[in-house]
Amino acid sequence: MSTLTGESTRVASWRLLLRNPVTVVSAAVLGVVVVVAVVANWITPFGVNDVDVPNALRAPSGEHWFGTDELGRDVFSRVLVAMQASMRVAVVSVAFAVVVGVMVGVIAGYRGGWVDTVFMRVVDVMFAFPVLLLALAVVAILGPGTTTTILAIGIVYTPIFARVARASTLSVRVEPYVQMSRAMGTGSLYILGRHIVPNIAGPLIVQTSLSLAFAILSEAALSFLGLGIQPPQPSLGRMIFDSQGFVTMAWWMAVFPGATIFVIVLAFNLVGDGLRDVLDPKQRTMIEARSQR
Amino acid sequence: MTAALTHPITRFIARRLLYSLVVLAGVLVAVFALVHLVPGDPVRIALGTRYSPEAYSALRSASGLDRPIVEQFFGYLASAFTGDLGVSFRNGDPVTVTLLERLPATVSLGVVGIFIAMVIALPAGIFSALREGRISDAIVRITSQFGVSIPDFWLGILLIALFATTLGWLPTSGYRPLLEDPAGWLRHIVLPALTVGLVAAAIMTRYVRSAVLEVASMGYVRTARSKGLPPRVVTFRHTVRNALVPVLTITGIQLATILGGVIVVEVVFAWPGLGRLVYNAVAARDYPVIQGAVLLIATLFLVINLIVDVLYAVVDPRIRLA
Repeated sequence: MSTLTGESTRVASWRLLLRNPVTVVSAAVLGVVVVVAVVANWITPFGVNDVDVPNALRAPSGEHWFGTDELGRDVFSRVLVAMQASMRVAVVSVAFAVVVGVMVGVIAGYRGGWVDTVFMRVVDVMFAFPVLLLALAVVAILGPGTTTTILAIGIVYTPIFARVARASTLSVRVEPYVQMSRAMGTGSLYILGRHIVPNIAGPLIVQTSLSLAFAILSEAALSFLGLGIQPPQPSLGRMIFDSQGFVTMAWWMAVFPGATIFVIVLAFNLVGDGLRDVLDPKQRTMIEARSQR
Repeated sequence: MTAALTHPITRFIARRLLYSLVVLAGVLVAVFALVHLVPGDPVRIALGTRYSPEAYSALRSASGLDRPIVEQFFGYLASAFTGDLGVSFRNGDPVTVTLLERLPATVSLGVVGIFIAMVIALPAGIFSALREGRISDAIVRITSQFGVSIPDFWLGILLIALFATTLGWLPTSGYRPLLEDPAGWLRHIVLPALTVGLVAAAIMTRYVRSAVLEVASMGYVRTARSKGLPPRVVTFRHTVRNALVPVLTITGIQLATILGGVIVVEVVFAWPGLGRLVYNAVAARDYPVIQGAVLLIATLFLVINLIVDVLYAVVDPRIRLA
């Protein structure tokens, strides 16, 4: 492997990845989810808040694929739009966590010394709070809403990226090509951008996929509690909350939103696993270390 | 005496303890800062529609928010160390008393949950590792991915629908204290503990599996096998026994995670523990209760991690020498 050039390593990685059927199927599922999320507003057969009381609590049928809820709203349409909201929150919050966490981790790992100590103690303190508790604390400060949800989940997952980025930076920093570049007097910023970040990308990509899975779960949990995405915007978590009184009468109200969350989270997890085998053979990513949920 | 003080394990424990204290100090600052980070006036927000100028100034001075911030901080530290976490904005109850009332419900849920998780994860993880690469290993791995990916509140609702509403075997929700009504306690704890335990089992199965695989690749396992020991002896005496050490760590961490993470499950099952307390407090903007609960859970988390690390070092000398 070490004799391969960068280009053919990349080709080999792709080939390895495509050989794993579980990864390929999961990635295809995610592709469908992304497309549906993007076009959700145009393909919903009914308005998400179209109340139709005479047709309340109808079982799934040709007209209402996922049935209707207690107000006669179309569950299928609501699931599609809620899925879009879930994906948006997950992607934006994890992007936040990646950018901030990688910056913190790379600087701490590359600079070392007191910068490293201070940054990592802050990260340790954040790790002392269980994920959902930390998210709830952010909601308690800022009040519930979509923006708060994004910020809360972003903050919660930042320390994970900081740790992964720092650990990877520490091992790349001592590589001969970095040492050489330093000896030649190359600026720190250039070394970080040209050598460090590209070479720690593998574990970070894996962590991103796993964190997207947990971000979807966290958003659903916050919305379930009524502290995440607020009505009238539909959310998968809140749909499940609202279904509680109707579980035996209208199972579809609970089953379809829950199954949607489950399938998306499972797909992100399986893709993350497949990526790990290829991109992070040394297992630098924390599996679910300190369990992300 | 000096020998005991310079013993590596004493030094390891001292270093680990110091580290926990540093993190705890950070936690205290964060928890104190929580109420001050609220945009606007926390007392005004907490009072909401119950606002009147008298109620406002009474609550503000009772909570000490009218004093200079440095004085407030050291006041908070001093009272936190004496076990005084202030009074609830909502009903004026002392926060410490409320927390202690709620703790037993959460601890019993966590302990039973982790027990269920161990009963499933240990055999499943060992089995999966011993059959690495075979179909049965793949089935265990996929099943554990299912468990990691399922929303716990949804699982809880489905379990209620099946075992409580439809079959009528178990109550849908509620809690009975263990000491007053052991049978009722058991009947009420089964479904919430199963919800918590199944999710934790999925996570732990993966750890058990990778711990066993790691030990199995060690030199002494190969040696044991090559000197002709029966496979059963090598598997259980050399491999599984040594793999239990890292499994102990993850069990501790999982227990700590459950204690702080059961918020949603407690809400689903109307379980009167710390999690539901936090939820109600966040919804009502009852800041002293939020601060107290967050501080308690984070401290529990740190203490459990400390105990686990120390136990680990006692059992496995490689850790403290590293």
